[in-house]
Amino acid sequence: MLATAIILFREVLEASLIIAIVLGASRGIANRNRWVAGGIALGLTGSALVAILANMASSSFSGDQQAMLNAVILLCAVAMLTWHNVWMSAHGRQMSADIKEAGANIQSGRSPMTALLVITLVAVMREGSEAVLFLWAILSSGENTLNMLLGGLAGVIIGILVGLLLYIGLLRIPVRHFFSITSWMILFLAAGLAAQAAGFLTQIGLLPALGEGIWNTSMALRQDSVLGQLLHILVGYIARPSGIQILFYVITILSILLLSRFNSRRIG
Amino acid sequence: MRFNVLLPTLIAAVVAFESPAEELPVILTVHNQQFVPNKLVIPAGIKIRIVVRNQDSLPVEIESVDLSREILVAAHGESSFFVGPLQPASYQFFNDFNRDMQGTIVVNSAVQKGQ
Repeated sequence: MLATAIILFREVLEASLIIAIVLGASRGIANRNRWVAGGIALGLTGSALVAILANMASSSFSGDQQAMLNAVILLCAVAMLTWHNVWMSAHGRQMSADIKEAGANIQSGRSPMTALLVITLVAVMREGSEAVLFLWAILSSGENTLNMLLGGLAGVIIGILVGLLLYIGLLRIPVRHFFSITSWMILFLAAGLAAQAAGFLTQIGLLPALGEGIWNTSMALRQDSVLGQLLHILVGYIARPSGIQILFYVITILSILLLSRFNSRRIG
Repeated sequence: MRFNVLLPTLIAAVVAFESPAEELPVILTVHNQQFVPNKLVIPAGIKIRIVVRNQDSLPVEIESVDLSREILVAAHGESSFFVGPLQPASYQFFNDFNRDMQGTIVVNSAVQKGQ
């Protein structure tokens, strides 16, 4: 029961932290709750579909496709987060002014609503498909089902609570710093996701590693420790990154920074 | 954003030519919530494909922090992944769904190609 709780906690934690940051960063955008909720619902549906596919045709929908799907999903998220940050670089100042004046509706510009939907969908679907696959197996094994389901439920709830805490913490940041802080968080979040995508593509042999384990910081901070896992989710900490992961990480950061600077200069 | 996709693809295309041909795949079986064998010996310096066959009715998620790998294998499913080229050393892996299940990949410079 405890094991199930911990497994589901870990799966849910990642999605809920990403959603918390997205919700924070989209503060003040009209109807954002509806878009994020839609993303969660679609993500859950997607996870169920992936899990069913994996169970029905276990060898034809193998881990290779799973890894490929993960990579594609992650790169979509990176693209969407880039779009979001670039958009925010032009509208963030206006939004924090609007929030200060309590009328939190942003009027100008086409806000990246689909970006909100896709990022949430992506975060939920990736972790969700693993959780659903795991729960499915427990259900069909029939042993101690109730206990394990209860444990799983506890894990899900605690995972969501941690995300909620992060969100509440974010809301306490003074408005004038708020959007620059969430933009920095999204910058590193996106870079971390890009590095993970590179890892999956190397794993299935589509990209070369360009050197496995360019450096190793396991001695300083183990990636599977609590802090290591949190940093892995939030800023993409990898204790023993491959060359291609470092490359993806750096390129993502540079692209977002350059595009944001270009965009804010063009509009502002 | 375009660079995110473009540059790695270009590099991949270049490096693909110089990657040495892969060996026969190494088989790793999951049976009764254990890795069989739980110690895989592979040669250093080349890219190796590892095929995981899950004979259990629980899915496994093989994870290695040392190798930064994460492979989901459905119940009674099969999946494969690449590692390397690696330096001679021991690399730990475990099942993220059951952390008591652990194994090691030993990369040995003395193992000859084809063995």
